[in-house]
Amino acid sequence: MTTHLLRGASPLGGAATDVLLADGRVAALGADARSGADAGTVTVDADGLVLLPGLVDLHTHLREPGREDAETVRSGTRAAAAGGFTAVHAMANTSPVADTAGVVEQVWRLGRDAGWVDVFPVGAVSVGLAGTQLAELGAMAHSAARVRVFSDDGQCVHDPVLMRRALEYVKAFDGVIAQHAQEPRLTVGAQMHEGAVSAEVGLAGWPAVAEEAIIARDVLLAEHVGSRLHVCHLSTAGSVEIVRWAKARGIAVTAEVTPHHLLLTDELARTYDPLYKVNPPLRTAEDVEALREALADGTIDIVATDHAPHTREDKDCEWAAAAFGMTGLETALPIVATTLVETGRMTWADVARVLSSAPARIGRVDTGPTPQGRPVAVGEPANLTLVDPAARWTVEPRQLRSASTNTPYGGRELSGRVVATFLRGRPTVLDGAPVDTDLDGTDPR
Amino acid sequence: MTGLRHLLSAADLDHAGAIAVLDTAAQMAATQSREIKKLPTLRGRTVVNLFFEDSTRTRISFEAAAKRLSADVINFSAKGSSVSKGESLKDTALTLQAMGADAVVIRHHASGAPHRLAHAGWVDAAVVNAGDGTHQHPTQALLDAFTLRRHLAGGSDNPDGVGLDLAGTHVAIVGDVLHSRVARSNVLLLHTLGARVTLVAPPTLVPVGVEAWPCAVSYDLDGVITDQQPDAVMMLRVQRERMGAGGGAASGATSFFPSPLEYTRTFGLDARRLRMLPDHAIVLHPGPMNRGLEISADAADSDRSVIVEQVSNGVAVRMAVLYLLLAGEREGWS
Repeated sequence: MTTHLLRGASPLGGAATDVLLADGRVAALGADARSGADAGTVTVDADGLVLLPGLVDLHTHLREPGREDAETVRSGTRAAAAGGFTAVHAMANTSPVADTAGVVEQVWRLGRDAGWVDVFPVGAVSVGLAGTQLAELGAMAHSAARVRVFSDDGQCVHDPVLMRRALEYVKAFDGVIAQHAQEPRLTVGAQMHEGAVSAEVGLAGWPAVAEEAIIARDVLLAEHVGSRLHVCHLSTAGSVEIVRWAKARGIAVTAEVTPHHLLLTDELARTYDPLYKVNPPLRTAEDVEALREALADGTIDIVATDHAPHTREDKDCEWAAAAFGMTGLETALPIVATTLVETGRMTWADVARVLSSAPARIGRVDTGPTPQGRPVAVGEPANLTLVDPAARWTVEPRQLRSASTNTPYGGRELSGRVVATFLRGRPTVLDGAPVDTDLDGTDPR
Repeated sequence: MTGLRHLLSAADLDHAGAIAVLDTAAQMAATQSREIKKLPTLRGRTVVNLFFEDSTRTRISFEAAAKRLSADVINFSAKGSSVSKGESLKDTALTLQAMGADAVVIRHHASGAPHRLAHAGWVDAAVVNAGDGTHQHPTQALLDAFTLRRHLAGGSDNPDGVGLDLAGTHVAIVGDVLHSRVARSNVLLLHTLGARVTLVAPPTLVPVGVEAWPCAVSYDLDGVITDQQPDAVMMLRVQRERMGAGGGAASGATSFFPSPLEYTRTFGLDARRLRMLPDHAIVLHPGPMNRGLEISADAADSDRSVIVEQVSNGVAVRMAVLYLLLAGEREGWS
């Protein structure tokens, strides 16, 4: 395997050093790295670049099997690599639903064969996401896919008894239930955040309380049964308060926020452009500020993309007819850099925590056969991302690598750009572009 | 009319622009008492009535308006949409574009559909919103304002109130505000014209976020009538599916009020409430009415009722809108 020498990289934004990648691991740092390089070593000029552990997404929709017209495991993971990720958790709401060992193993194998990132399938909590009967959680946990995260994402596990059973059951294999918190009866037909803007534009409201009520119930359930709970795409200031309270009580709850909820607000619904239609919906500027604050102070543990590709026909229509969701793998890191690093509220070490080590820990993929989210240290797997913190770039939807173009950031200028990504020492991205063929012209995967 | 290419919302009209439409409508109304009602103004232009939702009265009003301006009229009844896996709004729009429509009058069940039609780059035509979901119905607000101005601002020397606004008048809008595009449009336009608006409804039928609207909100119709003596009362239609009894529970929906009887007792305009209004006050309803629910026959058929007049004023106002959007009359409409 080709060895790589990253010259002058700044691990977590610290002092510049040289980093030698060999045999899939970080082989040496500093002077040892230079002396360890040989004639065959490929040198990467990393002067001025921040070196991060490879990013880990706990919430990705890869759409395969079932909606390969929107995204495939291969196209989605290539986009993920371009966004600096070395691992993604593939959500279960595919067709068929990932509610059996067979489907999660299929997705896991597709990910392994594509070779862009490690794909960790998420298993459905209930059969067919129907919310009535537990899926075979144990079979998925003990399959080759080693599932640890279970979620009916897209649907809320709204039955309190089913939620309780799920929380209890996954303790046997240290699993976690990732809840899509949405009280269904309060959100029938809901189209956007319920507030001043929805009242004016006449789109049915999705009230904050529909999220907060479920989170409040679930943290109490998690406390009662002593289980781990993860809250998907937390979107309101009130949800932050509940999670803060639960953590102070010692409840084992973790929470994620999406990049779009850190940046965009419900004011965008005034355009009626379905690119801004997402679930949970874009909230108010006050919510955005509360989410940024909570991410910076650790109340919210991680940033997860909720990358949700959709075909053009599912967005090229009136708002009510359009699908919920937006792509996000290739813009996640730049949005965190723009909203929190550039503003001085987080360091690059914080970024490594919220986009790599913490999500890997929640998904229990920081150990096992292909550990992710590990420190940048000698002997660790060489899952690494090089970021140019000074780069400013304008998002051009057609230049992104996802098979779908439903990004809400077209034309927007962002700071921070992924220059290179390494998966166990092998470059998946160099000079900002996916490495589609090896130097000898063969597909490296 | 510098800049205004479409009429999507009552918010598109500023004070001068709204007055210009109403004054033009007054001119149009004057021509409608002639024996020959037809004007040659839009000869050779094509107006498409694109209706995704049944509304015979609004469609024929626009149709009459366009025909009296000599435009060619195409009625396109597109039942269903991409929601029901019919032809998508985009493909319908591209079809109209290919046919050379100069104006598209659109009625759609989805809020914002006219906005998409105007701004997604699918058509070049002027877009007139004839009612979209629970968002806006600007020509309804214009015909209501036209009617209010005739009765409350006009005098014997100026029966249509030409040049005047509605400053100093107080209008109570009563009923299902939550689902009403008529209420949203009227709140904005009446505010623009200087009127004071009070919305009256059970709290379940007032949207969260109403605090930002330029109006007052009351849950007490008797109190508003007794204490504030409004100059006009506009009753909104209450749709069957909002009610408790009869299908509500079976369909899994939770009704917005306990029963039609309780609604009528609390928010209906009956003979007693009609008597409590000041002598000059008028009663409006956008139609179609539920007699016996939100409005009694006494009120609907009383001398104060201007409900039939609203319909004829609708044609004049829609003539004015089409004329101003298509015929190049620009002054005063900004």
